[in-house]
Amino acid sequence: MAKQHANWSPYDNNGGSCVAIAGADYCVIAADTRMSSGYNILTRDYSKTCKLADKAVLASSGFQADVKALQKQLAARHLIYQHQHNKQMSCPAMAQLLSNTLYYKRFFPYYAFNVLGGLDNEGKGCVFTYDAVGSYERVGYSSQGSGSTLIIPFLDNQLKSPSPLLLPAQDAVTPLSESEAVDLVKTCFASATERDIYTGDRLEIVILNADGIRREFMELRKD
Amino acid sequence: MSYMDSKMSQHGLIGSESDSQRTLYPYVTGTSVVALKYKDGILMAADMGGSYGSTLRYKTVERMKPIGKHSLLGASGEISDFQEILRYLDELILYDNMWDDGNSFGPKEVHNYLTRVMYNRRNKFNPLWNSLVLGGVKNGQKYLGMVSMIGVNFEDNHVATGFGNHLARPILRDEWHENLSFEDGVKLLEKCMRVLLYRDRSAVNKLQIAKITEEGVTISPPYSLKTFWGFSAFHNPTVGAEGSW
Repeated sequence: MAKQHANWSPYDNNGGSCVAIAGADYCVIAADTRMSSGYNILTRDYSKTCKLADKAVLASSGFQADVKALQKQLAARHLIYQHQHNKQMSCPAMAQLLSNTLYYKRFFPYYAFNVLGGLDNEGKGCVFTYDAVGSYERVGYSSQGSGSTLIIPFLDNQLKSPSPLLLPAQDAVTPLSESEAVDLVKTCFASATERDIYTGDRLEIVILNADGIRREFMELRKD
Repeated sequence: MSYMDSKMSQHGLIGSESDSQRTLYPYVTGTSVVALKYKDGILMAADMGGSYGSTLRYKTVERMKPIGKHSLLGASGEISDFQEILRYLDELILYDNMWDDGNSFGPKEVHNYLTRVMYNRRNKFNPLWNSLVLGGVKNGQKYLGMVSMIGVNFEDNHVATGFGNHLARPILRDEWHENLSFEDGVKLLEKCMRVLLYRDRSAVNKLQIAKITEEGVTISPPYSLKTFWGFSAFHNPTVGAEGSW
């Protein structure tokens, strides 16, 4: 007798886009606040960003229940780290933890598309970009989610990052100022909202720098 | 591979024996639940139908239940899974009461618990086939949230499950505002339920509206909505298209 297959899927795509840009002494992480399912909008006011540590902010889009579970896992592991090491996790350390956590579920993945942004141990901006099973890379900027195919080419054009294959390795962080980077992010999302049905409603921008953490919001088209 | 299958099915590891232990599809289902925040708390509405496929098998199913002192749970989807969830919550509230420390679970806590339960069942490929609406008020804070059968959850000022997402949410997006009075909230909910009654095949004209405020939960006795079918287009509906029905 042929094995019956589940006629439901344990996954759903709740849409949305995330972006992060690393600067010389800051990092900008942004995501829209729309949560969808199929052609429905479930809510217009849902945050996709999560502060994991003082210097590490995660933005994730994809299947919201998996994203929540992933954030919970990482927050719990961070708490244990703080108890054991008496300090906050650095962004590169959190980056490795995220990769390992994702690969742990290699055969029933977290359907989460992540961008981790923050400041490294020298105070320079860093951005790490991931796929659903944990392969990651440190980059100068990145975008994930439903609007990423629209946003990434635009960022490639505006930020002209040097090739990661060059020797000696060249710095990938952008020379733009913090306010220029924030404006760039706003432009990215305004454009992505026009053509991606899953991106829109409102934009949440998190800015990390030496002074701490700051949040900005911008209205996006609601159609 | 088929040799392995037959060996394994002899030992009852795969095949119909173990599959009968997991939910594959729902049997007796409830349709939409609609809820909104108003001035004093939350208003929630659900009809009382329990459908068995296309048969309207049960006509007095209470799909909204109070949970603890501060919350109200409404469910659509498989009724037996809803009853199972009520058993889980019963145990949760009981253990909470047994602490006897003056604290009691508010809607946020119950919502979080339900999300975890639904997500964990989904991880085991054996979901509770429900869409849950959780509303409540605690210490003046109003709370309204939803959990789906795969664990997707969110909070908002108004929520709806199933067909309500398609038909009621747009009405609520247009007409909901902060600090609705009780009368306006009920009128708005009834407007949504009436549209659902006209357009959802599994809706029945017997509904309850529940209210939860700081004081507690009140679930109205069942009543029915007034409907109007006297549109001229409904007389001789095939007059413009001979041969159709």
